[in-house]
Amino acid sequence: MAVVFDKPHALTDVPFHYCPGCTHGIVHRLVAEVMDELGVEGKAVGVAPVGCAVMNYDYFSCDMVEAPHGRAPAVATGLKRACPDNVIFTYQGDGDLAAIGTAETVHAATRGENITVIFINNAIYGMTGGQMAPTSLPGQVTQTTPYGRDVNMAGYPIRICEMLSTLDGVALAQRVTVDCVKNVVIAKKAIKKAFENQIAKKGFSIVEVLSTCPTNWGMTPVEALDWLRENMIPYYPLGVYKDSEKGARLKHE
Amino acid sequence: MKGNEALAEAAIQAGCRHFFGYPITPQTELAAYMSKRMPKIGGTYLQAESEIAAINMVLGAASAGMRAMTSSSSPGISLKTEGISYIAGSDLPALIINVQRGGPGLGGIQPSQADYWQATKATGHGDFQLLVFAPSTVQEMVDLVADAFDLADQYRMPAMILADGMLGQMMEPVEIRSSSDRKPIEKPWATNGHQGKRKHNVVNSLYLKAPDLEALVRERFQRYEEIKKTQQRAEEYLVEDADYVVVAYGASARVSRSAVNAAREKGIKAGLIRPITLWPFPQDAIKRATQHVKGFLTVEMSMGQMVDDVRLAVNGVKPVEFYGRTGGVIPTPAEVLGAIENLMGGAK
Amino acid sequence: MPRIIVKEEICKGCGLCANSCPRKIIALSKDKINSKGYHPAQLIDPEKCTGCASCAMMCPDVAIIVER
Repeated sequence: MAVVFDKPHALTDVPFHYCPGCTHGIVHRLVAEVMDELGVEGKAVGVAPVGCAVMNYDYFSCDMVEAPHGRAPAVATGLKRACPDNVIFTYQGDGDLAAIGTAETVHAATRGENITVIFINNAIYGMTGGQMAPTSLPGQVTQTTPYGRDVNMAGYPIRICEMLSTLDGVALAQRVTVDCVKNVVIAKKAIKKAFENQIAKKGFSIVEVLSTCPTNWGMTPVEALDWLRENMIPYYPLGVYKDSEKGARLKHE
Repeated sequence: MKGNEALAEAAIQAGCRHFFGYPITPQTELAAYMSKRMPKIGGTYLQAESEIAAINMVLGAASAGMRAMTSSSSPGISLKTEGISYIAGSDLPALIINVQRGGPGLGGIQPSQADYWQATKATGHGDFQLLVFAPSTVQEMVDLVADAFDLADQYRMPAMILADGMLGQMMEPVEIRSSSDRKPIEKPWATNGHQGKRKHNVVNSLYLKAPDLEALVRERFQRYEEIKKTQQRAEEYLVEDADYVVVAYGASARVSRSAVNAAREKGIKAGLIRPITLWPFPQDAIKRATQHVKGFLTVEMSMGQMVDDVRLAVNGVKPVEFYGRTGGVIPTPAEVLGAIENLMGGAK
Repeated sequence: MPRIIVKEEICKGCGLCANSCPRKIIALSKDKINSKGYHPAQLIDPEKCTGCASCAMMCPDVAIIVER
């Protein structure tokens, strides 16, 4: 009998601090598995965001830099320009990437900065206790939209992959989720491709992962996956929005 | 060479290959020079989307152990303060150049020294200091860039050259020392990939346990104490027999030197203490002078910021007066001479 | 015989493994509580485990080892 599944080498032994059922942990594992499979842990440098994943510098075994809120793509740019042969990735949440760091995200993308961006979209600010995120859905109840997100007051959510897919510098913009085994497999393939693109010097690759926040959504982890399927996927359709290999902007999967 | 261009070439000679900037007057020539030179020598010139992005690119390149820098002018430095605080909190060396202009707000584009407080007391949130150098000639700008990089590496902290629009635009002959006489410092903490040969490095400024954060800040302040003891720099001009000493840095020191010369011609025993490091502030030079002078005059292109540090150094022993112009107005030697004569009237 | 090993101290009892198990043979323990206060997941019918790793794929805490 052989071990067919265990913790990847690119994860340290530090247990995650995330709430029970939070899908951050699944995505961490996928990123680490991809580093293992590509053999790049030794030359990888990850950039941690501000938000729930801020302490992921303790979880990934590769070198890590903790960036100011939203600035991870700029920090990654500095790292990549300084060490073009290293593999540089950011791991950011929706507040970090799509609110305070929008400029850094868009400009790293349009420069075709040769980095990999893992974007966790769970439609809420988790670390600070569940406030409205730039990706909170219309009508979604959060701590700061107690009557539901009113688009007349708070505007509409940002669809990052769709927006970035218009930029020439983007090699890959793909939205995935990790709500079930099948989608976890797709998510891992996308993350792997985003790293392979960097190694092949193709430019900016972003994988948006629709994720859950059971604690701040006020649900059990299983209910949260159902909510994600019923509410988030219709607003944020899964699929490849741009894949420079296959031509400009593709239709959804 | 023009001051701004000399700063850029000096940085290249000091081994800096990574420049991240954003256009702002009056430091533009520096970035333009970098954009010309860096591609020729395999370096990076990158025009960022904002000052905020630029300083964070510096953070990234510095994390990898490279000599990295950014340059800006006053309003742009305000935007960089977030990143500077993180750089200090992550114990990273980096160089920031501020070619000051008038403020607050968008202010003006004429030379100013109104960012002294920002540079020496509050370049971002939290308990930290920057090494701050204040050149007053183009040659000194060149020399201080190299020193700033070296000391930043040695003490693992950010350094700033606090210049102003006058120095940036000024043309003077310069000699740039080559980088070959400096030995690069080892940076075992750099996040440049562990290659399976060491434990993973983490560059970070987050410490959720209060005693851990306190211990780290205290360690940093021990370094600051050592710097205060060993790195104070000031030029003393005709101070030995002076009755009245002008304290001024940068462009206002040039004006003040002329005023001191004019005073001497009139038989007034005036001298000049010109701080070259603003942090650490050269309080030892000022304390020494308190023993024999009758009074001090601080001259700044601001409403009076460094004068606070002069007063702390003098500690009430002798009168300290202030003369300043602000908003981009440069004081004349005649005005400063007049202020020295006023001080003579007041000081007993 | 294929089996899973749950690292009980790391498990947070979120139940995503049980939810994803195609044979529905994983459940949260009713009597065990780990040091963090969670009821860890356990295999309730070891005979039926195929070692498919669905549970491990969905585990957010990388708390499951699969042997086959």
